[in-house]
Amino acid sequence: MRTAIAILSMALSMSLAAATLTTPKGASLPVDARGFIHRWLVLEPVPVQGRLTEPAVQEALKVAALPEGARPADGAKLTVNGVELSWHALDTLNYNLNLYHFARSLSKPTSNVLFWVETTVDSPREIPGVRLAIGSNAASRWWLNGEPVIALNDDRQSVIDDGVSKRVTLHQGRNVIRAAVINGGGATDFCARFLDENGEPIMDLVVKLQ
Amino acid sequence: MTGMLRRILPCVALASASAALALDGEVVVHDPSTVIVHEGRYYTYGTGNGLPVLASDDGWTWRRAGSLMSAVPGGKPGAEVLARGGNNTWAPDIIHIGDKFFLYYAAPGTQPKAAIGLLVGSTLDPKSADYKWQDAGPVVWSDGVEDSNAIDPGVLLGPDGKLWLTYGSYFGYIRMVELDPKTGQRRYPERAPVNIAINSEASILIYRDGWYYLLVTHGSCCQGANSTYNIRMGRSRKVTGPYLDNMGIDMLEGGGKLFAASRARHVGPGHFGLLDLGQGVQKFSLHYEADLDRGGVSVLDIRPLLWRDGWPLAGDNLTSGVYGIESARTGTVLELAVQGFPVGGFRQRRGGPPGSGIVGSGPPPNGPPPEPQVGPAIADQDPAQVAATWPAAGSVRLAPAMLQAQQKWVIAPVAGAGGYPGAPFFRITIAGTERSLTATADRELTATAFTGAQEQLWRIDQLIDGSYRLSPKAVPGTSEALALSAVGSSFATLAKFDPASDRQRWILGAP
Repeated sequence: MRTAIAILSMALSMSLAAATLTTPKGASLPVDARGFIHRWLVLEPVPVQGRLTEPAVQEALKVAALPEGARPADGAKLTVNGVELSWHALDTLNYNLNLYHFARSLSKPTSNVLFWVETTVDSPREIPGVRLAIGSNAASRWWLNGEPVIALNDDRQSVIDDGVSKRVTLHQGRNVIRAAVINGGGATDFCARFLDENGEPIMDLVVKLQ
Repeated sequence: MTGMLRRILPCVALASASAALALDGEVVVHDPSTVIVHEGRYYTYGTGNGLPVLASDDGWTWRRAGSLMSAVPGGKPGAEVLARGGNNTWAPDIIHIGDKFFLYYAAPGTQPKAAIGLLVGSTLDPKSADYKWQDAGPVVWSDGVEDSNAIDPGVLLGPDGKLWLTYGSYFGYIRMVELDPKTGQRRYPERAPVNIAINSEASILIYRDGWYYLLVTHGSCCQGANSTYNIRMGRSRKVTGPYLDNMGIDMLEGGGKLFAASRARHVGPGHFGLLDLGQGVQKFSLHYEADLDRGGVSVLDIRPLLWRDGWPLAGDNLTSGVYGIESARTGTVLELAVQGFPVGGFRQRRGGPPGSGIVGSGPPPNGPPPEPQVGPAIADQDPAQVAATWPAAGSVRLAPAMLQAQQKWVIAPVAGAGGYPGAPFFRITIAGTERSLTATADRELTATAFTGAQEQLWRIDQLIDGSYRLSPKAVPGTSEALALSAVGSSFATLAKFDPASDRQRWILGAP
């Protein structure tokens, strides 16, 4: 009986599409009414230990390190720790991007994995004193224009504005956000937006995957 | 009954800060007026020859500053005040309206014959060329026969712009009259005063959210640690009463909900005065009949004023100790940003919870269920056990409370660093280390070795809801007043204080 249920469950999971994710349409996508970024490039999951302490996350980042000079693009392939993986351009229908849906739709593992994600935010002007604000399930590391800005450890749920950077400056034009989200088990997702000095979302940003 | 026992207390100089945190410097005073702020300086006036003045530049360290009557022509109450009352000068109260200060003081003779005199001035700064007080005569008095003893004035400017004076002691009623806010004089002298309480003294009114609160002092004064002074209160929708306590008993019939009684090293609180610092920070001034840390003399204090269920509540100034600093916004606590270790060591997630006796997985074992067992006590986490890998200086963040060493902060007063109304500046340091919370030039935070720099000195004000605001004395590169602020669930920063937000509210408790 237990075996039959497991087979049925596997069949169902393999047939499930990523209901919250779609293929991007158009060259750009504004942030939503609460400032959340909906368009991302997501790399297929890299198997790691899945432990979430500071040393374990550092180790996972070494294991899953991207090749130097890797330029994410939809459909681009690269090899990480001996495994060939592909980047996928995705729009999320929700404020958050559900990595569990993403990996499951590709029949990839969802536990003990590291997801690389990247996007490019176009700012109409230089904006000093802003903060990148993210939520992630579970641990995560975030870089803005190559600088590390947020580090979250430990098993945690994705909560809006859980991790917030120090005050940073958004350049006029292109700003690159890159993140690594490490999951131990269960659901995994993330969300991201920029906040101003008063904690209000910055609305006039546009996302372009270039 | 005890008013006759009043006397001027000897002034005792105090050279060092009090370990009990009941202010610092020359704080001996009896029956202090409501502490008032003028041009950034704090003042209060007390019972005694010529009405002694206490002044402070920061509200924490106080000094004697002569007597108020020395700035009055003739150096004593005017002739009419002396005729209506007597030549004592007791228990003043003061209010600032427009460009004038009105100071009311008691001038008793042989009680209950007494008068309340008015002095009018334009500045409180004795060094100002404009510093002088004009005798404006008696405002109210008691003839020695009626059921009233016209001492202990208290003044309130109500939300409707009306000015009220309450007064009285243990020879009958606490009474009130309306005053003219332009002159400070009685507005309707032809009207009889209104009786609003009995069996008390040191009355004063405050107003909040549609309620008038009458605070009075019950018990006996002037006997050092044998004094039974305690502050009680009632409230009314109408300024003229009736003032009922929390059990519905009229203060005219002896009612009064306790506001402040003797506690710890301080005996006999009395003479409430509201010090509203704005932005949701309220404090109150008072005296203790006996400060046991100062030989049992009467001293000034300033404490946080809280509000709960529609009643004021006497808060306590923070004492040194080990605290967890929890964000009211997020429920997470401030910590040094290091990898934490579970108290008692790591434990594999296997089997049942500790004590259940359930180990491993798979089908339940045969036989009777295992007996639940407790283990030996697990000691608190000692920083020495876990701090070896910590950086000498590190960032801080917010995280779930885990009783771990990087979340335990020693909050301790810094001697000689000054303070603010009611309390000294504190340092905030990870227990067992020197890593101290420090404001940085980019308006963020770090934890570094303590040097005594202004960015490491913290003002900790208890807010009216009981939570705390933590503000660095100074932030490098800016003159803006900033406070510790939760930004997101896991990060702390410095930001402008918003009294309407939980971002800058912190709960200090056992870690």
